[in-house]
Amino acid sequence: MFQVSPSGTTQYSSDATMPRTVISVSQLGKRYGTTVAVDEVSLDVYEGEVFGLIGPNGAGKTTTMECVEGLRRPDRGTIAVLGLHPQRDATALRQRIGVQHQEAHLQKRIKVWEALDLWATLYPGAVDTDALLAQLGLESKRNAWFMTLSGGQKQRLFVALALVHDPEVVFLDELTTGLDPQARRAIWELISGIKARGKTVFLTTHLMEEAERLCDRVAIIEHGRVIEMGTPAALVERHCPQRRVVFTTDATDAAQSFHRIATLRSIHSDGATHTLEGTGDDFVTDVINVIAREGIRVRGFRTEIPTLEDVFLKLTGHGVRD
Amino acid sequence: MLRGLWKLTWVETKIFVREPMGLIGTIGMPVVMFIFLGRTFGAAMPSADALRSPPFNVPILSAILIAINAVTSLVAIIAIYREGGILKRLRATPLSPVTILSAHVIVKLVFTIVSLALLVMAGRRLFPGVMSVPLFSFTAALLLSTLSILSLGFIVASLVPTARFAQPISAAVFYPMVALSGLFFPLARLPLWLRVVANALPTTHAVSLMQSVWNGGGWTGHWSDAASLVIIAGISSAIATRVFRWE
Ligand SMILES: Nc1ncnc2c1ncn2[C@@H]1O[C@H](COP(=O)(O)OP(=O)(O)OP(=O)(O)O)[C@@H](O)[C@H]1O
Ligand SMILES: [Mg+2]
Repeated sequence: MFQVSPSGTTQYSSDATMPRTVISVSQLGKRYGTTVAVDEVSLDVYEGEVFGLIGPNGAGKTTTMECVEGLRRPDRGTIAVLGLHPQRDATALRQRIGVQHQEAHLQKRIKVWEALDLWATLYPGAVDTDALLAQLGLESKRNAWFMTLSGGQKQRLFVALALVHDPEVVFLDELTTGLDPQARRAIWELISGIKARGKTVFLTTHLMEEAERLCDRVAIIEHGRVIEMGTPAALVERHCPQRRVVFTTDATDAAQSFHRIATLRSIHSDGATHTLEGTGDDFVTDVINVIAREGIRVRGFRTEIPTLEDVFLKLTGHGVRD
Repeated sequence: MLRGLWKLTWVETKIFVREPMGLIGTIGMPVVMFIFLGRTFGAAMPSADALRSPPFNVPILSAILIAINAVTSLVAIIAIYREGGILKRLRATPLSPVTILSAHVIVKLVFTIVSLALLVMAGRRLFPGVMSVPLFSFTAALLLSTLSILSLGFIVASLVPTARFAQPISAAVFYPMVALSGLFFPLARLPLWLRVVANALPTTHAVSLMQSVWNGGGWTGHWSDAASLVIIAGISSAIATRVFRWE
């Protein structure tokens, strides 16, 4: 862990097992008039990790992120990013972070290369902008005006602008919303590359597949409060431990053999199709063992393992609110 | 961040030129007005013969319109940038707020000079007498005037609720200022309270200073106008930094 000394420098503990905290948010609160956007959010993001904020529309993800970036002044709570105060040390902080906003625009008639060139001028040690454009599939749009780009191309440009100076911390608010599968994968690869270089990524997303694939840890936020936090796997294990095996067989009485599995919860048979539900990591193996031991001839077999999406739906009710 | 300032200024200049309507509207309109009014009323220095004198000073009206157009264009750009989240995006970069706004001021001042150059070129071809105007001194007077009115523009830009209202609101604010500037009738004819108001407005001092310079009277005797323009610029910039909205 680190503390911020009065002079503003960061001190690191010698304890190598403790990861360095890059973003520290404590009891953040923010309201707009009577709307409580963020009720109370506390979280820590460690160096080198990809941290995801997920939650229903209007949960307060963007507001939280913008407070951390120093674009909004919180009503309550304390925030430190790289040991810096987002507002007091705004100038120093902005050199070291890259941001992509959920809804952003540039000057209608600015050209793609001009935007990148402008951004590159603002930071010391910018990366090769042409390579970045190529990675994001925007080479052919170098000379296009911003207003002529498609939604996904604009989105990709904003991701490029967030990465142009290879920042230490990258903020991405709904990084792949509106992108085609290829572009989404290209951006996932970029994020993996950033992570491999030891940078920290703080992102929001509505795609649970994306969160599961990219994030080391996620926080689920609802009504401006963090309701759950941890690695995607741990959250699935904690909230949706059930496993389901569905198989088809012509053998009669096949269902009888599975009652010996201790973790079995239920069996549902519909003609030749049997659905077995149980809990725990061993459940699927147990089912396979029984099938093998009893020599049941199986025509079809599949497993349904819960994902972060199931956790999300379970914890936040039925998805969309408002 | 000087490098950032120049780069942003250059980018904004190119963007401004890429929009033909804005370019013609803000740069060309005062020149067209100048030619039209000059043809109708005469555009040279006032003659000794009161009967042959134009009812108002056409070159100064055109010059003040250049300044006003620069300001309404600035207000519109700020409103559009704010509404579109462009200001917010720029503010998330290391560019300081002052740098972002200064770039726009520089662009406006540059095009003020361009517009004035066009006006003078047209004047030299069409109207005798324009030849002898002290150009350098007049450009300086116009730039100071524009700067002072621009700083007022930042306050107006903070007040306009949406981009749609930018044009009508700035017209409603700045055109009456021109009417009160002493260009159309002497300030002495106004009631006292209106004279006080007029003296607090940058346009009044701009007209008084530019009239003197255009007619060869120079800055001497008009230092109080110049000082007023500087003071108004200072006060409105100070207010603008407090009330300016980025989103
Ligand atoms: N500028 C604003 N003025 C007033 N209310 C706002 C403003 N921005 C956000 N809100 C409100 O604050 C709450 C949280 O908004 P926020 O944008 O943080 O949600 P979010 O989690 O990012 O949602 P989404 O998934 O839709 O992007 C919402 O109820 C929203 O209506
Ligand atoms: Mg959001």
